[in-house]
Amino acid sequence: MATPAVLLLILFVAVPFVAAIGFSLYNVRLGDPRSPNFMGLEQYARILTDPDISAQFLSALLHNLIFAAVVVPVQTALALGLALLVKKSIPGVGIFRSLYFLPVVFPIALVAIIWRLILARGDQGLLNSALAFFSGGAFGAQDWLGSETTALASVIVLSIWQGCGFQMVILLAALQQVPGELYEAAELDRAGPWQRFLHVTLPGIKTTLVFVALYTMILSLRVFDQIYVLAKSGGGLNEGATRTVMYEAVTAAFDQNNIGRASAISVVFFVIVVILSLIQRRATRTQEG
Amino acid sequence: MQTTTAPTQNISRRRRASYVPHYIALLVTGTLFLAPVAYMVAASLAPASKTLAGFEVFDVSQWGLHNYSGVSSSLSSDSTGHLWQFFAVSFTVTVAVVGLGLIVNSMAAYALSRLQWRGQKIILLSILMLLIVPFEAVAVPMFYLYNDARNTLWIQIVPFVGNALAIFLFYSFFSGIPRSIDEAALMDGAGPWKIFWRIIAPMSKPAYASVAILTFLTQWGSFLWPVLMISDPNLRPLPLQISVFAGQLPPAWGQVMAFGVLLVIPVIVVFLIFQRWFIEGVASSAVKG
Repeated sequence: MATPAVLLLILFVAVPFVAAIGFSLYNVRLGDPRSPNFMGLEQYARILTDPDISAQFLSALLHNLIFAAVVVPVQTALALGLALLVKKSIPGVGIFRSLYFLPVVFPIALVAIIWRLILARGDQGLLNSALAFFSGGAFGAQDWLGSETTALASVIVLSIWQGCGFQMVILLAALQQVPGELYEAAELDRAGPWQRFLHVTLPGIKTTLVFVALYTMILSLRVFDQIYVLAKSGGGLNEGATRTVMYEAVTAAFDQNNIGRASAISVVFFVIVVILSLIQRRATRTQEG
Repeated sequence: MQTTTAPTQNISRRRRASYVPHYIALLVTGTLFLAPVAYMVAASLAPASKTLAGFEVFDVSQWGLHNYSGVSSSLSSDSTGHLWQFFAVSFTVTVAVVGLGLIVNSMAAYALSRLQWRGQKIILLSILMLLIVPFEAVAVPMFYLYNDARNTLWIQIVPFVGNALAIFLFYSFFSGIPRSIDEAALMDGAGPWKIFWRIIAPMSKPAYASVAILTFLTQWGSFLWPVLMISDPNLRPLPLQISVFAGQLPPAWGQVMAFGVLLVIPVIVVFLIFQRWFIEGVASSAVKG
């Protein structure tokens, strides 16, 4: 009964995974009549230390890390705030709960295109006209996606808009499992709302918070769709300031037909993901046990 | 009685007054979350010249459906692909992956959680390890290994049917069903297939619903794999097509937004109907993952 699923997982996860490690040791190219040469760890040495090649890969990795460093705290805090807002059962709260979750069902490729228009660089772009309107014209039009200083920040904003509701739902589920007696006891002890939050809410959802933070970190490493759409589909995105590890892997494989290097990038990417996943499992397990 | 009503009235009035800042917070954040969606809808209805004209997109008096007729006539030849065709591809791929995935993965989970067979523990452990492998890590080697299947429908479906996370979610759910139920059926002479299809599967509707929703979301928005594998306009799924369409010169932004609305309507409809399962699915996948 388990055979079909196991076969499919072998064919489409296990085999490609082993192949990635294999390919990364050779200079594999698509449609290359010559048989690939064995290169050992040369591909890894190139992407990590070669003065000409590594700069681009390391900057991509840095972008992922900046992305994670901003998105993890900001999105987790925002998601927690929203979860607290919709936790109270007051009239109409269900509408807002759906509203915050709505962007989650939007394909990220579409989200990128919507924001590409909102952030349009002319003074007629929605964000630029809004800023000009509220600042009385003092704030000039910005090239949000094109400028090196704001390109990554713009991608971060649209990613948070799309992903925040997902985290909110997870945190909301955790908040609802904090026993009500604890809050009642805290109220009897004359604890104010802030103290209740610090001493009842936070300890009650600590495990979930850690889980969400690490999960968001792994998602931050996987960022690809929005960068690709904005860089390749007339988005005018500053590619140099926003390329990510997955973007590097795809362009190496697809545009440069360098399967060996793309595989090495995939393996490095995977190693980082595994380290984070193991930390995540350990962190969320120790507190349960 | 008099003495007790006064304080309760006082409390309820105080409670209601304390809702005001709460509602303000809800409205402000709600507006921020809704704005990009509202902009997309407005831009799809506004005249083409007004898409990038600041707040003028919201001028209801000029709204019409011309962008919708425009996008269907722009995408109506074999060289551009047909609008209905993109929907047909996305729909076929999504329905096939969800449907086949539910059957294959739940069968595997049942065999792993209930039946005794050789290698069971090893397989279970391997699947738990595969949970860590994100699709991005194997995309490049898959692109190379299965390159001969480029531009086919099945290469968009088959790799995603077997799914470690789905198996894991089903496994967790089945493990919570008391074994006495199986044993009673065994006494009545039912075989494992009958027990699974007649008893366990019908009892596990929530698990099926959650996995279906999660798979549906992922597939409907799938972008990376089609970018690598699909260049034939007649086989492009929606997210890939909208990025191609947005990249055309000169871009018809009003039509792109109309396309965006059409692309997202099916997901929103499904979301509104199955909202509870969405939210439970997301929450359960996280809490257990």
